[in-house]
Amino acid sequence: MEAAHAHTPGYGHDDHDAHKPSGIKRWVMSTNHKDIGTMYLWFSFSMFLVGGVMALIIRSELFQPGLQIVQPDFFNSMITYHGLIMVFGAIMPAFVGFANWLIPMQVGAPDMAFPRMNNLSFWLLPPAALLLIVAQFMPGGGAGVGWTLYAPLSTQAGPAMDLTIFAIHILGMSSIMGSINIITTILNMRAPGMTLMKMPLFCWTWLITAYLLVAVMPVLAGAVTMTLTDRHFGTHFFNAAGGGDPVLYQHIFWFFGHPEVYIIAIPAFGVVSQVIPAFSRKPLFGYASMVYATASIAILSFMVWAHHMYTAGMPVEAQLYFMYATVLIAVPTGVKVFNWVATMWRGSLTFETPMLFALGFLFLFTLGGFTGLVLSIVPVDVQLHDTYYVVAHFHYVMVAGALFSAFAGIYFWLPKWTGRMYNETLGKWHFWLSLIFFNVTFFVQHFLGLAGMPRRIPDYALQFAEFNAISSIGAWGFGLAQLLFLYIVIKTITSGEKAPEKPWEGADSLEWTHLPTPAPWHSFETPPVVK
Amino acid sequence: MGIKGIWKWAVAGALYFWSLAAWAEYKLNLQTPQTLLGEKIYDLHTIITVICFVIFIGVFGFMFYAVFKHRKSVGHKAAQFHENIVVEVAWTLIPAAILVAMAVPATGTLIAMRDTSEPDLTIKATGYQWKWGYDYLKGEGEGISFYSTLSTPRAQIDGRDVAGRNANPNYLLEVDNHVVVPVGKKVRVLTTAADVLHAWYVPALAVKQDAVPGFIRDTWFKAEKAGIYRGQCAELCGKDHGFMPIVVEVMEQAQYTAWASAQQKKVAAAKVDPNKTWTPEELKAHGEKVYAQNCVACHQATGMGVPGAFPALSGSKVVNGPAADQIKLVLNGKQGTAMNAFKHLSDADLAGVITYTRNSWNNKVGDATTPADIKAARN
Ligand code: HEC
Ligand code: HEM
Ligand SMILES: [Cu+2]
Ligand SMILES: [Cu+2]
Repeated sequence: MEAAHAHTPGYGHDDHDAHKPSGIKRWVMSTNHKDIGTMYLWFSFSMFLVGGVMALIIRSELFQPGLQIVQPDFFNSMITYHGLIMVFGAIMPAFVGFANWLIPMQVGAPDMAFPRMNNLSFWLLPPAALLLIVAQFMPGGGAGVGWTLYAPLSTQAGPAMDLTIFAIHILGMSSIMGSINIITTILNMRAPGMTLMKMPLFCWTWLITAYLLVAVMPVLAGAVTMTLTDRHFGTHFFNAAGGGDPVLYQHIFWFFGHPEVYIIAIPAFGVVSQVIPAFSRKPLFGYASMVYATASIAILSFMVWAHHMYTAGMPVEAQLYFMYATVLIAVPTGVKVFNWVATMWRGSLTFETPMLFALGFLFLFTLGGFTGLVLSIVPVDVQLHDTYYVVAHFHYVMVAGALFSAFAGIYFWLPKWTGRMYNETLGKWHFWLSLIFFNVTFFVQHFLGLAGMPRRIPDYALQFAEFNAISSIGAWGFGLAQLLFLYIVIKTITSGEKAPEKPWEGADSLEWTHLPTPAPWHSFETPPVVK
Repeated sequence: MGIKGIWKWAVAGALYFWSLAAWAEYKLNLQTPQTLLGEKIYDLHTIITVICFVIFIGVFGFMFYAVFKHRKSVGHKAAQFHENIVVEVAWTLIPAAILVAMAVPATGTLIAMRDTSEPDLTIKATGYQWKWGYDYLKGEGEGISFYSTLSTPRAQIDGRDVAGRNANPNYLLEVDNHVVVPVGKKVRVLTTAADVLHAWYVPALAVKQDAVPGFIRDTWFKAEKAGIYRGQCAELCGKDHGFMPIVVEVMEQAQYTAWASAQQKKVAAAKVDPNKTWTPEELKAHGEKVYAQNCVACHQATGMGVPGAFPALSGSKVVNGPAADQIKLVLNGKQGTAMNAFKHLSDADLAGVITYTRNSWNNKVGDATTPADIKAARN
């Protein structure tokens, strides 16, 4: 730990405030956790817009029955890349951006443990994103296989599939490097007195997430590599005619895929666990049980993957096991929700934008958790699997969950990062518009799924028409509301009012208590002493 | 536009949708189940949803209470407690107990659902890109075999006949040949696929089972009421995934018996004598039908394919080259592309379709491939 402190600030003598590199070089060569965090966040937002445009193409086509705007192949490609880009391009990098900005400040370190690797982890992302976009223009168009890339449809797909596989390899490398950095920073670079059980919960959630990432990204890489060799090198992993098994792909994919949903959710829990206490002016209720609940969720997440495959054909014993294990996850998840509510209980609450988004998260994520519980029951899931009910479920946890939490985090820390305040009125508008349009878009999809509308179809029977029209209108509203967010952020950075030293009365982690606002270029050149 | 303007629009919008909803036949819940098992599943879903709803109201009752009563603006001062072992243990154990209570009925239903033993009728459903094939394997109607393809006119789908679409209550949920089964009989459905994954999904009968190429899965249902029940392929299977519905027609026993024997006679009549000698014209005419059934989805009726995705057969080097190569390609497919093996077609079908493609559009090879050629190529 001492050694790390001695070395990290010294790696580049020329990196001090006085002569920090300027212009493009500052970003391309950056080894500064704050600049890299900023780049992650902007990258994430751009990908959010790209994925959002794809979502709007999907929803516009589904506004009415019949094929209006796009043809089925292109529609399938939009489904695929919307999912991939939102998951790997928008949500995951957003939370890595938060990790970069906050972890060194919250544990009292000067920077991340491996600043050069940090630079590389970020700069791997743009080429991967580019591959996903270029894939649209390959002969035959993008691969219309769904973000799950199930074999053997993926073996059939055109050359776009190879670019997609390559992009996933690169994204995986980036995630693993980012995780190594986070784990090392948290384990080795904490300030004296900052014991693990004193860390802000955000750091805990990232420590756990980083272990999940290191464990499962190689599994995904393996799955897509097997697809690649099936496609080009004559192997038959997923081809029954050659002795393989298409369902094997699903097992491998979901062994990655279920932990992946927690990779998305757990850092979101972390952000919310910082925001709710701050605006309740009261310490987080049940800190230790939060840590244990998060760790149990992470461990359980490795044991439930086949709940995505209840209809794929499994022995009934296996189905029973996966049902029980899945239901079990509801217990630690419930504990977290109860803790958040107990934190607010008898607090002194105020409702600035970060708190609003955190409450939106709490309310809607829990709703998504409940539909998840419904889906975990095998006989019910057999009815609902691969219908719009599932689409509604995962958007409640990923959009109203992870994305709302990211918004909460941005509004919360923007003053610390930029030294300027966002416009509270506009922030509230952004919240209410997002909340309303989100529900208009996705709540009705529960009904569609219950009534039997399959997902991933470009056209549908007439009895689904009304709810699809409503959902599409909601989607446009939601999309436009995000432009307001962009405006608010740019306005804050360029001409926001100067932020007070400590804009949030109840915020108590090191970045608020021990650092000036805006946070200096190097956080803690000498480690703070934590009592 | 000011706030007032926005409100006007909002009210107008709400009215518009309310008026739509008023005449719509939309549904808010699972389709009415037509099997006893389906009823069980329906009830299970209701119970779980209600339990979730009650917990939701309870938890967020507390949250909203705090939101209104414990806010700073009403002068509430923050307490500083942050632990309480008793409540923490309670809210771990009580949910666990509720979950066990949910799992018990679910277990019973699941075990019943998976019991496919002692069926009265066994039907194999094979998923193809993009239609279903059915073979009646065992029970009354044994030997019946047909394909079932979307029958909604293309013009309704691509918008040339919007009026027709709006007047079509079964838009996208209609097929040329229904799967017919008798009422009150246990029907076991074996699912498999010829190319990629599909899933056989009929909501009202409470069945959904993936169809996995190279493997057989099974599911079952026992319809309590005669009627026509409609479903769709539920696993993404490529371009026309949204266009391969499933229609199950449940008939009274007597009617079913009549249907089955008529079908069996048809099958017998249609059985082509394997020793029949075909004229090239007959082969081409037969091949046109086979082509329409099996190849148009990709290569198109014009033989021009879809640029970038499916090659044109018109003018193709393979089709205009030696017949033997084309036979091999169509029989075995091409690994790693959407061109799948068509081994499952009969010798006459394959001979026909190959003759047809070699002598249609811009292709004027002039030869005829006979069933005997196919037979030879199979070995
Ligand atoms: C699911 C889509 C699909 C269906 C259905 C399909 N094909 Fe193909 N076919 C393809 C694709 C894709 C290729 C190109 C394979 C490649 O990359 O070489 C192809 C190639 C061919 C070729 C070689 C063309 C050339 O110039 O290389 C022939 C001949 C052919 N198909 C005949 C048929 C016949 C006959 C049928 C019906 C019995 C049929 N196909 C059904 C997708 C399909
Ligand atoms: C960051 C937020 C979001 C994430 C992480 C996300 C993620 C996903 C994922 C993983 C899929 C599945 C794709 C597949 O089935 O292969 C999907 C599908 C879809 N998403 Fe999103 N999404 C997000 C935001 C949105 C928004 C804002 C909208 C609407 C405006 C939207 C609309 C859709 C639609 C219509 C589908 C297609 C469903 C289907 O498969 O049939 N998504 N999304
Ligand atoms: Cu899962
Ligand atoms: Cu299908």
